Amino acid sequence: MGTTTFFDKVRQQPLMALFFFIGLTIVIFVIATLFNLLYQQLVLNPDNFLAVSRDSAVLRSIWLTLYTSFIATLFALLAGIPLAYVLARKEFFGKQIIEAFIDIPVIIPHTVAGIALFSLLMKKGTVGSVFASLGIVFQDSMWGIVAAMFFVSYPFFVNSAKDGFLSVSPNLEHVSRTLGASQWRTFFSISLPLSIRHIASGAIMAWARGVSEFGAVVVLAYYPMIASTLILYKFNTGGLQESQPIAVLLILICFVTFICLRLLSNTRRR
Amino acid sequence: MIRIEKLGNTWGDTFSLKDISLDVEEGEYFVILGPTGAGKTLLLELIAGIYYPERGHIMIDGEDKTSRPPERRNIGFMYQDYSLFPHMDAKGNIEYGMRVRGIDPEERGRRLEELVGLLDISSLLHRDVTTLSGGEQQKVAMARALACYPKVLLLDEPFSALDERTKSRLIHEMKALHHHERLTVVHVTHSQEEALQLADRIAIMMDGRIVQVGTPSEIFSRPSSMDIADFVKVENIWKARVNECTHDTLTLDLYGYEVRMARPEQFDCTEREVRLLIRPEDIVVGSGARTSARNRFHGVITAVEQRGFYHVVRIDCGFPVVTVVTKNSVEELRLEVGASVDIFFKTTALHVVSV
Repeated sequence: MGTTTFFDKVRQQPLMALFFFIGLTIVIFVIATLFNLLYQQLVLNPDNFLAVSRDSAVLRSIWLTLYTSFIATLFALLAGIPLAYVLARKEFFGKQIIEAFIDIPVIIPHTVAGIALFSLLMKKGTVGSVFASLGIVFQDSMWGIVAAMFFVSYPFFVNSAKDGFLSVSPNLEHVSRTLGASQWRTFFSISLPLSIRHIASGAIMAWARGVSEFGAVVVLAYYPMIASTLILYKFNTGGLQESQPIAVLLILICFVTFICLRLLSNTRRR
Repeated sequence: MIRIEKLGNTWGDTFSLKDISLDVEEGEYFVILGPTGAGKTLLLELIAGIYYPERGHIMIDGEDKTSRPPERRNIGFMYQDYSLFPHMDAKGNIEYGMRVRGIDPEERGRRLEELVGLLDISSLLHRDVTTLSGGEQQKVAMARALACYPKVLLLDEPFSALDERTKSRLIHEMKALHHHERLTVVHVTHSQEEALQLADRIAIMMDGRIVQVGTPSEIFSRPSSMDIADFVKVENIWKARVNECTHDTLTLDLYGYEVRMARPEQFDCTEREVRLLIRPEDIVVGSGARTSARNRFHGVITAVEQRGFYHVVRIDCGFPVVTVVTKNSVEELRLEVGASVDIFFKTTALHVVSV
């Protein structure tokens, strides 16, 4: 009954060991990329980083990125929850086609998405002109950013929420109905609370996707500049020296927010 | 209490319920018995209102509830997996129906206490329901279903997820509960054992249809078709020819033996070939003429098998006979393979089925 050593384990499960070491290269690749960036800024050139962190234009653009993505996520929640629920519970003609359409924003190039959105939402566009008459302009405005972020991020939310509703047995809903609860009451007391973890993680994914969007946003709204646009602009005009610190700041903020949200949604687990 | 008239529904192109009519009396324990895939759960869900039927009517307590949603039918429903709400503790589950109906906290507490006493579940109230054993889950689900005084309790395979010991204990408790609360119960199962122990009446369901309704003894001794006979395991099914059919007697030829019996009411005298059915427990094995049974056959034992607390003895009398005997009889009568024995049965235990 000797203790099994690391080498014993490798000998017992050679496939797992080999796969583990092959897989490790991916992890190392990600870590190396990010830490190289952080190292160059935070350790080798902290003064430059601190100066940029106090630049109000930079902070404004990062803040703009975070909250436009937040608004886009809110829209995804509002429209995505009903859609996800219908897709999880009902079989109907054309459902597969609808599901395929939902995934389209994930597979088309994002500049293409931007062009498509621009054609629809520009001031002279079919829908854009209607909104313009109501005083809502998408072209080079915050609403343009929100629209672009929403377009590329909602599939992540809808698919995750759908998985959530699928994980709730319809029998639970049936029992709730027989106990006197209406469809509405059943949805809010049973179906929604039981899929809240999927919904929360879907929302986090959608938000993160929105923050990281560039291609679709830049076509529709170059101004006001979101962080990614600003980083590219600085890279083109001032090189790494000017763009790198903004990139690092964005990484840090996103990372911290992402971890906080993850922790928050995990504490809800029972 | 429940009247179902010509109910029919189709699910996709895979399954349909056909022309189902049933009457369940107030306070009755009614069991729907059938093999897996007969559509028993779907029928129960139609009664509950989870699906609306394409054809027919469902009346509960004199009211036509066919197109009412489930929340307005006042029924209790329990699924095979008990379907407890995993995000609530046992108390939350039991009180759910009362909360939804806006029953005030005082009344809610009173009813909760009542149910806790009735089902002996006080220690479970604050438990996370995902940690409860099968038997405990069943009790909580039962309390939840009964909380709002349903007119009818619908049970979908309530015992099939339990181990044998828990099952027999809970069947016993269910019987007491039914009696005590004067519940009207519709219980769906594939287990004949459950049906025999609990049912006032049984409906046999096969392939989306109700094929026979009757008391347990009618169903198990007088199945109306060969399929039902097969399902309820009437193990002796013998070919016989009709020799004579009069107003009140029927004379049959059973492999050269003459069997005379009272003519069943609906028996059609033009029938020539029939099947004679008799349950193994209605056949007596002996060695002398010590019973009043008229029909006596001689045979040789071909097999003795132990099945739980009794033995199955197979005898070749020129036709195969299956009987069950106690362990004592096996020893006393020295029933072993190759021994020659006599068998007897009463003609009233025989049941004739047309082919």
